[in-house]
Amino acid sequence: MIELRDIRKVFNAGKPHALTAVDGVSLSLDARAVTVFQGPSGSGKTTLLALVGCMTRPTEGRILLGDREITSLPERFLTDVRRTTFGFIFQQFNLVRGISVLENVMLPAYPLGEHHTALKKRARVLLDLFGILPRESSKSEWLSGGEAQRTAICRALINDPQIIIADEPTAHLDTKLSREFMDIVGRLKTEQKTVIIASHDTLVYGSPVVDRVITIRDGKIEAEGR
Amino acid sequence: MGNWFERQRNIIDFTLSSLFRRKGKNLSLLLVYTLLVFLLASVMFFTHALRKEASLVLQGAPEMVVQRMAAGRHELVPERYINAISGIRGVSAVRGRLWGYYYDAFMSANYTLLVPGSDAPAPGYISIGSGIARSRLAAPGDLISFRSYDGEPMVLMVQEVLSSGSELVSSDLILISEQDFLKLFGMSPGMFTDIVLTVRNSKEVATVAGKVLTLLPDTRPIMKSEILRTYDTIFDWRSGIIVVILSSAVLAFIIFAWDKASGLSSEERKEIGILKAIGWETSDVLLMKFWEGAAVSLTSFLAGVLLAYVHVFFTSVMLFEPVLKGWSTLYPSFKLIPFISPYQVATLFFLTVVPYTVATIVPSWRAATIDPDSVMRS
Amino acid sequence: MILHPAIIALLVSSILITALVLFAFWYGVKILRFWDLRSGSSLQLDLERRTYLISTVLAYVFGFQLVSLFLLIYTADSLSTLFTGAMCAAGTFNANDYGYPLLVLKLINFLLAGLWLTINHADNRAYDYPLIRKKYAFLLLLAPFIVLETFLQARYFLGLTPDVITSCCGSLFSANSSGVGADLAALPAVPTQYVFTGIMATTTALGIAVAVTGRGGYAFFLAAGAAFIMGIASLISFISPAIYELPTHHCPFCVLQKEYGYIGYLFYSTLLGGAVTGMGVGILKPFRSIPSMAVIIPSMQRRLAVYSVLFYASACLLTLVAVLRSNLRW
Repeated sequence: MIELRDIRKVFNAGKPHALTAVDGVSLSLDARAVTVFQGPSGSGKTTLLALVGCMTRPTEGRILLGDREITSLPERFLTDVRRTTFGFIFQQFNLVRGISVLENVMLPAYPLGEHHTALKKRARVLLDLFGILPRESSKSEWLSGGEAQRTAICRALINDPQIIIADEPTAHLDTKLSREFMDIVGRLKTEQKTVIIASHDTLVYGSPVVDRVITIRDGKIEAEGR
Repeated sequence: MGNWFERQRNIIDFTLSSLFRRKGKNLSLLLVYTLLVFLLASVMFFTHALRKEASLVLQGAPEMVVQRMAAGRHELVPERYINAISGIRGVSAVRGRLWGYYYDAFMSANYTLLVPGSDAPAPGYISIGSGIARSRLAAPGDLISFRSYDGEPMVLMVQEVLSSGSELVSSDLILISEQDFLKLFGMSPGMFTDIVLTVRNSKEVATVAGKVLTLLPDTRPIMKSEILRTYDTIFDWRSGIIVVILSSAVLAFIIFAWDKASGLSSEERKEIGILKAIGWETSDVLLMKFWEGAAVSLTSFLAGVLLAYVHVFFTSVMLFEPVLKGWSTLYPSFKLIPFISPYQVATLFFLTVVPYTVATIVPSWRAATIDPDSVMRS
Repeated sequence: MILHPAIIALLVSSILITALVLFAFWYGVKILRFWDLRSGSSLQLDLERRTYLISTVLAYVFGFQLVSLFLLIYTADSLSTLFTGAMCAAGTFNANDYGYPLLVLKLINFLLAGLWLTINHADNRAYDYPLIRKKYAFLLLLAPFIVLETFLQARYFLGLTPDVITSCCGSLFSANSSGVGADLAALPAVPTQYVFTGIMATTTALGIAVAVTGRGGYAFFLAAGAAFIMGIASLISFISPAIYELPTHHCPFCVLQKEYGYIGYLFYSTLLGGAVTGMGVGILKPFRSIPSMAVIIPSMQRRLAVYSVLFYASACLLTLVAVLRSNLRW
């Protein structure tokens, strides 16, 4: 489904502090599978996620989504692909402070020009699905860890994307919530979604839900499992 | 199309909520912006209203005034000039006018004395303007003493105080009878200050003026249109000068606006980064910044214009009074006729909103092009 | 010089707009030199970011041009009392040699800015920015026009001294005197009406042809331009006399005054709208053969053609209403 060919990503190219985050990665990711990029921090897994999720362009190499090449798409098209195909869950959740849970969840769909009331309805259905509808009007800074996590997941799902990307989703969660998260991943898998996670948490890459684990070190693929 | 509206609506929704979340920062900008609009609008409304007032007053003015000049200075006009002019074709009415200035040493003020063409006071009586009534504490029935040309006192009774509605022009005016006027100034009958005439066909005014000049070479015909034009120019020039002076304020405002727009707090940067990360495009963020600017501009503009309107038309330009009053001891109290035109609003727009918008284009763009990647890494 | 606030406003804003355009131009030169879509380098990303700034700047310029055009005419009208013989904006523009060239140039710049935005919009919708270099070359062309306009405007206003004897629109636009204004008024009303109807009908037909079949872009470009010019000529020839109910009053600026319900703004807006959209159809034509534009351009052309036809139809409607309601008969 997603294919990377000889991807290199260099930050600050040409300057003394240039950093090669991803160095010659070729990889093919299947649809409807749960894949985990595993590796220590600084290994380049976050950059790899950003590349896979159309958030940044590679310095070299080609990326194909389905059979469409997206490497040199201009930003507006890349963003368009991204917001309809991908849903992101960030390490720090990155909810917008000062606005409610409901508004946070609706935000990604605002630029798409959907009717406000219809959008609201859809968002509330999602919130209900994940059990946080009672908290819909709370400001995001007053949420507990688990509630914030579920809000982030709802936000990622608002545009009904095919692929969910999560960067260190369990970094700020305890064991119970981490297990809950993996259960949610399992649910998403049964709904035919593709999930790609970057994590160095054994709870994540050791979970039975995961189909494939790719070990990354120093920007290169070191090993592959399952 | 509906899609486009919804998109705008959603983004405006978010823009307004984020403006309210950062009240503190935006409040100072709003205040300064409003102040600027207020100042410029006050100046413009005031001069425009005065201009209108002047043109209204001048509507009743005579078509043409003929003055006699000698060695470049104003001279009295003999009666035969009037007869000569009445013979010119196209002239429908001619009249000699008697008016002059009188310096009141007691009040250190200059009065204008005029013998009106009709309904002149009876000999021994005068009508005075409200400015004089106020400064001399004179009311109908009181006596005022004048010093005539030969040093002898001349006492006249006030029969009427001219209405305050006409104060702008009549504040320092005294209406007097012909007899008393001639006696006061030691003029012989048959001499007039100047001549006023009406021309039958208004298109012919310039031609008639030319004929007057040919007939009476030592005169200076002044047309009403010339007076109007001169007043307009003066008002324009005066308001223009003030606007130029205020341009330094506009410049400071531009710099301030630029600074505010560029100074994104880390909180704001994070927010934009998140927006871009969850799928907002650069043009979406630019649109948000546009609406932000529009909201701020609209609020400040409306508030500034409204305040200026109240200031000029309800408080009679209270804040500028010291500047306008100058040395005048007979400062008229006046209420201007409220008058604003879309043209003034457009000019104000160009003097305030356009500089603000230009100042914020680059900072808005800088904000909109924040890299979402950095959010992933934080 | 007359120190009217509106003049100051116009001069200041035109300087600001020129500064914006020159800035966009300078910023855009790098794009012409280094643009390479396939490269993922940070320079390319920076250049892509720059295109957003330049588009934004040009969009504002377009908007300001339109408003400042009307403000200019309004100012000229308001200043007309300062010049002997001038009864409205027509006389003020005639007060020195820069007046009418300034007006014409402002119109041209408005149209050019509109055309640039049309090309920009088309370019942005294709996934490979096929017109990027042509677009910025066009900007290179546009920039000197804007600078020239600011220069002309400054020279015009600085050269205005009140009390200058100038022809009032009565003599400027009367059939007896010479000069551009007079020639138009000399156009006999009835034949002009026929030509006006003819050109508008042709333009509408061509527009519908473009909308339906997608062909005839160049012909429509010419037709839309001709319709614009004809619209103005007709305004001077028979539409304004109809509105004023005075056969000798041909001034195209007095229609903007309050006495006539500001109808002039509506009429000019429809003509300008029709011209910009109609000419946009033609300007996009050469790029149809580019693969990434194969779908985008025809659909844009269709939409623009429809808008143009609607604008010109509104102009015709206004004309019809004005002529029918008028007590003037030919």
